[in-house]
Amino acid sequence: MRVVHYLNQFFGGVGGEERAGMRLEEREGAAGPGRLLEQLLGGNAKIVKTLVCGDNYAVEHQDEVIASVLKKVQEAKAELFIAGPCFEAGRYGMISGALCSAVQSELAIPVVTAMAGENPGADLYREALYIIDSGPSSAKMRDVLVKMAELAKKLVAREEIGLPGEEGYLRRGLIRDEFVEQTAAKRLVDMVMAKVTGGPFESEMVPTSFEPIPMPPAVKDLSKARVMLITDGGLVPKGNPDRIEGSAATRWGAYSIEGLDDLKGDDYEISHGGYDPRFVQEDPDRLVPLDAMREMEREGKIGKLHNEFLSTSGLANPLSNTRRIGREMAEKVKKEGIDAVILTST
Amino acid sequence: MVQITSALPIAKMVGSNRVVLGHGIVHVAGDASLSFQEEKELRRNLVLDALKALQSAEKE
Repeated sequence: MRVVHYLNQFFGGVGGEERAGMRLEEREGAAGPGRLLEQLLGGNAKIVKTLVCGDNYAVEHQDEVIASVLKKVQEAKAELFIAGPCFEAGRYGMISGALCSAVQSELAIPVVTAMAGENPGADLYREALYIIDSGPSSAKMRDVLVKMAELAKKLVAREEIGLPGEEGYLRRGLIRDEFVEQTAAKRLVDMVMAKVTGGPFESEMVPTSFEPIPMPPAVKDLSKARVMLITDGGLVPKGNPDRIEGSAATRWGAYSIEGLDDLKGDDYEISHGGYDPRFVQEDPDRLVPLDAMREMEREGKIGKLHNEFLSTSGLANPLSNTRRIGREMAEKVKKEGIDAVILTST
Repeated sequence: MVQITSALPIAKMVGSNRVVLGHGIVHVAGDASLSFQEEKELRRNLVLDALKALQSAEKE
C-alpha cells in the first residue's frame, strides 16, 4: 500500500517557528513520526513520500499548497493520505484538514488526520473527515499514531468504521441506523433511573457545542457606515430564482433593493418550511425592515444601506451547510465593504 | 453584526454577540395586530435598538 504523509516544518524536522515560512518540499520515504506510522500500518504499507511545509506558508498560500499536494499525491499513486498528527497547533490543523478534505474529494482515496478537539481545524473539518482525537500533548504521539494506523487500515480495507468513542475519532455529527435490544422508552427510563440513583449512564444525544465567537468591536460612526440587511427567514423574489430550499437550504441569494423604499408582498415569496409565512407575505418589511432602514438612511443615522439584501432559509440545516453559507455571506459582506449587518432571524 | 430574533435561546446557544428581541417568529420586525402606522413605529424603534446595539461594546 502506497502512502503519502504530510508534516509541518517542526515534525518534518526542519525547524521551529523560524522556519514556518518554508515552501512545500518533498522527501522520499518516511520522516519524523512517519517512521513509526509506517511500522504501525504494517504489512505492505510504505510511505513513499513525505511532504513538508511551513505552517505560515501553508496557511497564507493555501490554494497553491493544496494544488501541489494534490498533484504530488496523484503522481505518487497513493492509496492513502495521512496528515499530522497536529495536536493543538492551529495552523497545522487548518492546513491538514484542508489537504485531507481536498484529497478525499478530488482523488477519492482514504484520508486520516489527527488533532485536538480544540484545534480550529477540528471545528472546520470534523464533519467531513475522520480526525483522530490527539489531545493536546505530543507526548501521546505513539498512542495517536496507533489509532490513526488502525483507522486508516480499516478505511483502506473498506471495513465498517465503529463509533467515535470506539475508534477514537472526533464526532462527525453523522446519524446512522443501529439495531438495539430495547425500545427508546425503555432505554430512556433506564437512563433516568440510573441518573436518580447515581448509576452510570450514557446519553444517546450529545448537544452540539459552539466555539465562542469573539465580539466584533462597536461601529464607531454609524452615520458613515454601510449597512447590509440579511435574513434567514427565506424571503426571495417571486419564483425563487436561486431555488433556495425551504428546508436544509444549501443556497443563499443576494437580491436588489435599489430604488425601493418598501417591500411589496406581490413581488416576493417565502421559502421556509418552519413558520407560518402569511404575515411576512402580506408585508415583507416585517422580516426585512427596508422601510425603517430607508428612514434611518434619510435621517443620516446610517451612512448607506447596501443595495441588496442577502437571504437564505434557516431550517433543519446541517451545520456543515450553515457554516459554509455563513462563510460565503461573510466573504460577500467583506467584498462589498460593509461596516455593519442587521440579521433578522425567524 | 446585530441579530434581531424572537428565538433568543437559539441566538444564545450559537453565541450571537449582539441580539435584539424581535416581535414573534412570524413577524420578527412587525406586529400584525397593530394598525399600519403603529406597526411602522414599532419597526422603527426595533431598528433604532439594533443600531444602538451595533454601537455598543457590551454584550446584550
